Amino acid sequence: MKKIEAIIRESQFLKVRDALRKLGVKHFTYWDVTGVGKEKQPHVYRGVNYESSAVSRRFISLVVSEELLDTAIDTILDSASTNEVGDGKIFVLPIEKSIRIRTKESGLSSL
Amino acid sequence: MTEALFTANNVWMMICTALVFIMHLGFGFLELGMTRQKNAINIFFKNFFVITMGILIYYLVGFNLMYPGFSDGSPGILDFAGFGISLPEGEVIDYAGGGYTYWTDFLFQAVFAATTATIVSGAVAERVKLEGFMVFSLLYVAIAYPIVGSWQWGGGWLSQLGFHDFAGSTLVHSVGGWAALMFVYFLGPRIGKYENGKTNAIPGHNLPLAAGGVLILWLGWFGFNGGSVLSGEPSATSLVLVNTCLAASAGAVVAFLVAKLSFGSFDLTMFINGVLGGLVGITAGADQMDAIQSIVIGGLAGVVVVYGITLLDKILKLDDPVGAIAVHLICGIWGTIAVGIFGNLAGWQQFIHQVVGVGTIGLFCVVSSILFLIITKYSVGIRVKRDYEIQGLDCTEHAMDAYSDFQTK
Repeated sequence: MKKIEAIIRESQFLKVRDALRKLGVKHFTYWDVTGVGKEKQPHVYRGVNYESSAVSRRFISLVVSEELLDTAIDTILDSASTNEVGDGKIFVLPIEKSIRIRTKESGLSSL
Repeated sequence: MTEALFTANNVWMMICTALVFIMHLGFGFLELGMTRQKNAINIFFKNFFVITMGILIYYLVGFNLMYPGFSDGSPGILDFAGFGISLPEGEVIDYAGGGYTYWTDFLFQAVFAATTATIVSGAVAERVKLEGFMVFSLLYVAIAYPIVGSWQWGGGWLSQLGFHDFAGSTLVHSVGGWAALMFVYFLGPRIGKYENGKTNAIPGHNLPLAAGGVLILWLGWFGFNGGSVLSGEPSATSLVLVNTCLAASAGAVVAFLVAKLSFGSFDLTMFINGVLGGLVGITAGADQMDAIQSIVIGGLAGVVVVYGITLLDKILKLDDPVGAIAVHLICGIWGTIAVGIFGNLAGWQQFIHQVVGVGTIGLFCVVSSILFLIITKYSVGIRVKRDYEIQGLDCTEHAMDAYSDFQTK
């Protein structure tokens, strides 16, 4: 089992979601995050100029089987891309264990 | 005066009273939007205190201090007609020249009085100690505002001199503005506003709400200026409303253009403060101007408000989160002086009277503010503890969340 974490544009979220669903991913988690990068955005508030480096993105996290891993990554690469700077990143991590709370079953069937 | 006309006048004055009342919602929204989430409860607590206790204290002492009925030969500086309000003896149907009833008179003046303290509220937001704000605004609305008001609207020495302040550029807005200025000076800036000589922006958390608040204030000004005709007299009332709206629009447009040229962006906060600057600017002379003069006064107020905010924020380093001092004090002074430059009363004599009014009222307000601030500072205190300010006043002073389950900052 592997966990895929992807930081994507909010605007691409629905495409990514639908593509993952089509692939057979039953469930995944997401949350809105703010990142700091090299880019600086000029801001003005009541005549005071300041810079904000805060960039809003959506963070998605899903756990998949080893077989599904490469197609899932490809799916996200396809659906999250706009070919502009700032499309995001994908990270893959190993998962030691997974348990469904209600049935207490573990392993792939708990995903 | 026929009874029908009297009724119509009185209905108009009651509508204006309601419009001025709803300005407190506008002030509340403006202040809320221009400050941070963590102080939202505190903002509205102050605003509710001001309107409720403002009306009560004005009932108790303010009204009779402001309208004591100076006797002939009195210097017209200070008089008091007793606690509470009661129908004057021998009141007849044409009270106030047939404009409205005694009761309407009281309520219209009471909602005006509360406005003065609300001006202070915005300037001291996010670090003022609630008890300190309460004590100060009570003293100010009970004593300073009505005494100054009696000099002009109560028939005192300034009105005998020939000073003109139609709806209160000075008597309401500058009086509130002077107190705001002194309070901000005593309080010091919010933590993080000025660091190593650099001015930081502390952006407000809901600018759309602030913008809505300004539109509500503008609506309220129909009553603030429209009601200051003190009757529903058709030509005067309509002229005043036209002038009011032209000045507000001109102030706003000029303010956003000046801000764009000076700071490079279309700044909504300057746009909406330009509306307020124009409104405050025309308030002193709304009955004396024609349309084009109103546009000029409002437009110049738009310049004044943008540079006023910047002057306070960046150069004088007086931290006023909502821009109340620039809007109410500086534009109030401008509007009052403008009566001596433009319109029916323009002339050297009038100009000098306006300056005398602005100066003496300013001096009185500064001195009484300092006195009240010293009393407040050494009794209940004026500033919250440092960690309270950092955590936010909602959870420390009120043990409440404005936006429960949302992360605030």
